Amino acid sequence: MKSVILYSLSGFSTYIHNLLSSNIGNNLILLITELTIIGITLLISLVLLCFFLGWMERRVAAFMELRLGPNRVGPQGTLQIVADTVKLLFKEGLTPSKSDKFLFNLAPFIVVVAAMMAIAPLAFAKNFSIFDINIGVLYVSSVSSLSVLGVLMAGWSSYNKYSLLGAMRSGAQIVSYELSVGLSLIAIVVLSGNTSLGEIINSQQNGWWIFKGHIPAIIAFVIFIIASTAEINRAPFDLAEADQELTGGFNTEYSGMKFAMFLLAEYINLFVVSAMGATLFLGGWMPFHIGNWESFNQIMDYIPSFVWFMGKTFLIIFIIMWFRWTFPRLRVDQLLKLEWKYLLPISMINIILITLIAIMGWHF
Amino acid sequence: MGTPALIMLLICGIGFAGAGIVISLILAKSSKNAQKGEPYECGVETSGTSWIQFNVGYYLFALIFLIFDVELVFMYPWAIAVKQIGIVALVEIVIFMFILFLGLLYAWKKGALEWK
Repeated sequence: MKSVILYSLSGFSTYIHNLLSSNIGNNLILLITELTIIGITLLISLVLLCFFLGWMERRVAAFMELRLGPNRVGPQGTLQIVADTVKLLFKEGLTPSKSDKFLFNLAPFIVVVAAMMAIAPLAFAKNFSIFDINIGVLYVSSVSSLSVLGVLMAGWSSYNKYSLLGAMRSGAQIVSYELSVGLSLIAIVVLSGNTSLGEIINSQQNGWWIFKGHIPAIIAFVIFIIASTAEINRAPFDLAEADQELTGGFNTEYSGMKFAMFLLAEYINLFVVSAMGATLFLGGWMPFHIGNWESFNQIMDYIPSFVWFMGKTFLIIFIIMWFRWTFPRLRVDQLLKLEWKYLLPISMINIILITLIAIMGWHF
Repeated sequence: MGTPALIMLLICGIGFAGAGIVISLILAKSSKNAQKGEPYECGVETSGTSWIQFNVGYYLFALIFLIFDVELVFMYPWAIAVKQIGIVALVEIVIFMFILFLGLLYAWKKGALEWK
């Protein structure tokens, strides 16, 4: 394939790096300056992302239910979520008098930190990630599973029966569905023979794994979507915060900014999960190519890699939001039955099929 | 970027949550009221302690999870090496999976997979 043109953000980041390193001699100061720039950029873009996701959530819900949704504040209601954030900022953050105050205040931090740490290995564009760890897949699955600690902590420390029940359900749920997520991630690790996200994307240059891996890869993708919807506590698996039965579940007692932190972490987790799905199964920033249709492939190459990545991620986010308005909430025993009696055996057998495909070289 | 990036993310997370909560502490008006500290349950005073005991069914799920999670960690190095080892890797994973599957079936038969 000749003259592959992918506009990349990496050129921009290299430019900044060169500019800084020519002006700052000391390596330590250089490192700290760069990290500060990355940190501030990341925080600003995460806040914008959460604003956008909050707006999208409501508009998608309204669209599914033939309503209008927020459309008064700002163009198409885009500033509604900003107004809500300002409102939350001015709300008093209550701490129940009988609660375990240290754990109660610690829980939002753990949830946010766990969500943020998982962003590190994601490749947002060609050669553009914060830290492409060589154990990327393992890292993301281990760090993002830390958030269950925050949820359990929040539920336990609130001194509220609803919170405790919600947290217990959430614990059983996240812990169970993590197995299916892990097994479907391993399916792609088997196919590509690598756990670094950058290398996995490179292995999809001639086709995404969902196409190359035949039916087992599609099964793995479907299991991944179902199980990760459960892992981030979204409807139809939102038993942990089932509004109608548990008032608010583990975050019943939270108010003001502490509550906002749980919301923020939920959106970041939604993004991370969708980005992982897009990276592993749909080729990350790789453009869509069809065999030897040279001119078609050339046109696809002109679309920037960042747009490809975001497009795929938001496609998965939209599907997960779609679930919410399509399926009724599961009961807790149905939820565990689905995981332990259906998804887990299926994904175990699926791993063996994937291994067969990988060894025999049946993928193309 | 190397490991410092991870430390940066950790600081970012703590700083972001901390800044939000502290700003809200400064901006928000607060009033003292004994009723506000009550658990938000139904309007009537809560009866008994809220820290009730855990369900045993939950404990069993946690135990089974532990076995399978260790299995997952074992499978990562295997998954990377599959293509180099070839057919032997397949045979080994079939045996490994079979033993685990027997364990799952045993738990299933014993009724450990029912939420009671």
